[in-house]
Amino acid sequence: MADGLSSPLSAPPAVETEVMTINIGPHHPATHGVLRLVVDLEGEVVRDLKPVIGYVHTGIEKSCEDKSYWKVIPFVERMDYVSFFFQMEAFCGAVERLVDLEIPPRAKYLRMIFLELNRIHSHLVWLGTTALDLGAISMLWYCFRERERILDLFEMATGQRMHTRYFQVGGVIEDIPVGFEEKLRKFIADMPVRVGQYEALLDRNEVFLQRTKGTGIVPRERLLELGVTGPLLRAAGEPWDMRKTFDYLAYPEMDFKIPVGTVGDNYDRYRVRLAEIVESVRIVEQSLDALPEGPFIADDRKYVLPPRSELPTSMESLIHHFKLVTEGYRVAPGEVYYAIESPRGELGCFVLADGSAKPARVHFRDPSFINLQAFKDMAVDTYVADMIVSLGMLDPILGGVDR
Amino acid sequence: MPDAPGLELIRGEIEQDHPGAILDTSFDRGQATLVVDSEQVLEVLRWLCDAPGQGYRFLSSLHAADYLPATPRFAVHYELLNRNRVERLRVKALLADPSAGPVTAGDPPPPPVAKASSGVGSPTAPPAEGLPEIDSCVELFPTADFQEREVFDFFGIVFRGHPDLTRILLPEDYVGWPQRRDFPVGGEPVTFTYNERQYG
Repeated sequence: MADGLSSPLSAPPAVETEVMTINIGPHHPATHGVLRLVVDLEGEVVRDLKPVIGYVHTGIEKSCEDKSYWKVIPFVERMDYVSFFFQMEAFCGAVERLVDLEIPPRAKYLRMIFLELNRIHSHLVWLGTTALDLGAISMLWYCFRERERILDLFEMATGQRMHTRYFQVGGVIEDIPVGFEEKLRKFIADMPVRVGQYEALLDRNEVFLQRTKGTGIVPRERLLELGVTGPLLRAAGEPWDMRKTFDYLAYPEMDFKIPVGTVGDNYDRYRVRLAEIVESVRIVEQSLDALPEGPFIADDRKYVLPPRSELPTSMESLIHHFKLVTEGYRVAPGEVYYAIESPRGELGCFVLADGSAKPARVHFRDPSFINLQAFKDMAVDTYVADMIVSLGMLDPILGGVDR
Repeated sequence: MPDAPGLELIRGEIEQDHPGAILDTSFDRGQATLVVDSEQVLEVLRWLCDAPGQGYRFLSSLHAADYLPATPRFAVHYELLNRNRVERLRVKALLADPSAGPVTAGDPPPPPVAKASSGVGSPTAPPAEGLPEIDSCVELFPTADFQEREVFDFFGIVFRGHPDLTRILLPEDYVGWPQRRDFPVGGEPVTFTYNERQYG
């Protein structure tokens, strides 16, 4: 908010003011979850800030150590509850690397379709709630209208709207149903138009522009020091996207761009995420066009459940099914760190196997948790109102932060 | 990732500058790992960061693991990333449990516990005696701040020189290190109305 008057941001004011410490949250709608901010205010200017987290810590990592590998999947989905497919992919991918299991091509493409739909979903939730913080209430309804269509697609394919447990170690649990493709094609035809409509609503909105442009700037080098990844880093001009740099799923075969910003302010963060929605739509479309025929899950009966139809006729399948459901499969000792690009940055999953049927340690490197460290740099010496915008643009999901 | 010979090259170069820092290397499932002496982990990290031709300047993740029956019991993992060459390298610092009593033969002796010099003087969480200690890498990688606090919170590993080593996710008056393998799952009593006098 640059104005012609003397700004209290940089120079200390002529009148002596008192620094006041106030609490924002943990139950405040603008903190996007159960985040508590202890803020030192001098007048309206933030002078110091400390995020206090842990209010929704549920010990998921510890609980995972007491579950066989296939039962961990629904647990880890509930960490970052907006990007559940990504948690599943990180965990399943880590276990697949531990047991050296190659997933069939169709499963790779199906996973990519759902991951990218999930990315659109996550960015829509972000856009709706952040615009709501800025007073653009109608954005929430428009974004949630499209989000609803994505959730309907999830429900059609997986039976659940959220926390779908769709990815399995070895592939996906079911093939997409009849009619799914048609519905999805309608959606991906509509989505770029919708993004254009969001832009038309926000890009020429004077209030939105004044509150986002030039606020919350953190230099690129500082972001890298702080380990920040994802749209925040890309908005500062660093074209770092793990879908491009690392070889996982079938992303190397996809044609998409990495949107980057120039200044690294809140406006760039908004632009980068909107552009990412369009790129995700392109990936979904290409995956759908190139969707290979074949099995949707690996045919390794030591790790993958046999098809239901075989159970009444094949004793061997029945035994495999029984062993997998009761004890689960054992994984040879080893440790793997597998990282993917989630909507918020690098989502890493560390799995330590000790030879039993349960993981000895499951750790998630959650991007929200790491990115939250940059919040102080974004918000100190800005107005409270800008701090709220920066927090929205940071897009932390507290379920992922606290795990 | 550096391949197996590349890993040995890195090991040889570190050995020249810091003899005895590298205890072991492993190359498993395409993942290169340097097992380092916990007393010299900071020197190794700094070398990997700054030495010409290395440039592992991005710390992707810092986490710990408890290998309970094994000694040394704990390990702090540093997932380093060279963003130019897109190479990952894991540095693993092994830490013995000082409270485990006499160490068996063949183990390196636990590091001398220098309480007076430990930079952790926060009044809210005075580190208890008998906790494993390792140097903090916050100076080198500011991103490690929250992650080292998380490791302290769940494993009771003290990071010497961390600016604010307090519990991060658990309540500050919590007792115990819940991610250790000998901490039982479900060992925490759940407070309901009928037993809140007992547990509340």
